[in-house]
Amino acid sequence: MEYSEKVMEHFVHPHNVGKIDDADGVGEVGNAKCGDIMKMYLKIKDGIITDVKFNTYGCASAIATSSMATDLIMGQPVSEALKLTNKAVVEALDGLPAVKIHCSVLAEQAIKAAVRDYYDRNGIVYDEAQFHFNEAHEHGVEE
Amino acid sequence: MKVYADNAATTKISQTALDAMMPCFKEFYGNPSSLHSVGQDAFHAVRDARVQIANILNCSPDEIYFTSGGSESDNWAIKSTAELMAKKGKKHIISTKFEHHAVLHTLKYLERRGFEVTLLDVYENGIIRLDDLKNAIREDTALVTVMFANNEIGSVQPIREIGAICRERGVLFHTDAVQAVGHLPIDVEKDNIDMLSMSGHKFHGPKGVGALYCKKSIRLPNLIEGGAQERNRRAGTENVPAIVGMAAALKEANDNLEVNMKKLSEIRDHVIEGLLKIPYSRVNGDREQRLPGNVSMCFEGVEGESLLLYLDIVGIQASSGSACTSGSLDPSHVLLAIGLPHEVAHGSLRLSFCEENTIEEADYIIEQVPPIIERLRNMSPLWERLQKERGNA
Repeated sequence: MEYSEKVMEHFVHPHNVGKIDDADGVGEVGNAKCGDIMKMYLKIKDGIITDVKFNTYGCASAIATSSMATDLIMGQPVSEALKLTNKAVVEALDGLPAVKIHCSVLAEQAIKAAVRDYYDRNGIVYDEAQFHFNEAHEHGVEE
Repeated sequence: MKVYADNAATTKISQTALDAMMPCFKEFYGNPSSLHSVGQDAFHAVRDARVQIANILNCSPDEIYFTSGGSESDNWAIKSTAELMAKKGKKHIISTKFEHHAVLHTLKYLERRGFEVTLLDVYENGIIRLDDLKNAIREDTALVTVMFANNEIGSVQPIREIGAICRERGVLFHTDAVQAVGHLPIDVEKDNIDMLSMSGHKFHGPKGVGALYCKKSIRLPNLIEGGAQERNRRAGTENVPAIVGMAAALKEANDNLEVNMKKLSEIRDHVIEGLLKIPYSRVNGDREQRLPGNVSMCFEGVEGESLLLYLDIVGIQASSGSACTSGSLDPSHVLLAIGLPHEVAHGSLRLSFCEENTIEEADYIIEQVPPIIERLRNMSPLWERLQKERGNA
């Protein structure tokens, strides 16, 4: 197993680490039993993500995918963030080992969970299907 | 500072072993089966290596079979014994929950072929209870296989007592001693061992070579059909340089055994004391019955792979039993076997030392680990939750 330079860069110097106390949406996915938990905090203004922070418990690829995913949605409209796929995160990191793909799935799900929380808090109506994912996340999920 | 602390994974070859190997490449390069002088030189080199290893283990040279390493030795010993004993209607094998996969997967293989396997509990300290063993032995028990010392948590089994029970009950006893040979005193005679697996690269010998000790009275079935090497049991031209290197490394390790054990225990205990100051940390495995060079600890709220990769960046090479390092869903079966919950087992760190490590290096580890744990905990939602649950946040 080998990590790309991009993964190592984001693992060693992760971007957007931390919490947002007055976040507009917070999403947490994963579980301790499986060894990875991701928590995303979003600050949203006029439908635009103005700030994003994450806290992650997990391996190097879990930290790197969190970092990359937050970079990819920073400053984006919420609607765009919802379109972010785990595949896009993997590509932006120049690939992940097959056994680590589930980390990228977790990153995608964490963002979606945070957006849903934002929608719920603000009474925004949304299509459930948009958030259709298995919260108990599967390991070994392929792209 | 550079600190290699992953000697349980593999060791650097010693200068002594390397020096012993070089002439096998350039001077005694003949085939040990050839009758001319170049071949005979190689033959003598292999013979001498066998004698050297036999002397150290206290057995006859005829009882040493060279193999490609620990996994091959384990497979050979267990499958062969199973095959032999099945003919006598004995199809029950006893082992432990935390054996190396070379043993556990071999047992799985045998289970699929109709054998019944009992895995003994290793309790919180990673040591079996002799009464459990006594109770598990049945009329149809073919073999007991218990590892000498655990590769992850370093706990050492009461091998001599286990062997005595097996002798008394007429059951064959194999031990995977890959982590113990060259690190602990071993005497197959006194320790009542019928079969023992060892691997060269765990004590500063070369990789890809090992040996199986098998008591003469056991008719070991052939592993590889072909030429007459290894008394017709394992055909194929001998890996002369590796065999010679392994013997030289073992001799050196054995000559310095007491000194090394003392030095390594000091480094080990120093590191354990230092790292236990980290809140919510724990030592895995028995503190007394333990490999001299093994430190195995868990730190709550952090994940092992991240910890070991951050350690690598500051020059410390270690290992972890987290799921992420095993490439599977679950953390190490060893840590689960001693009763750790998954989330604690994910935060494991193993440091394994050799005699080249120093107290200064131990201090460096004690200095480098805590800030990394703190950094990982600061970004860990699991740690945040644990702190809240404990009323610390």
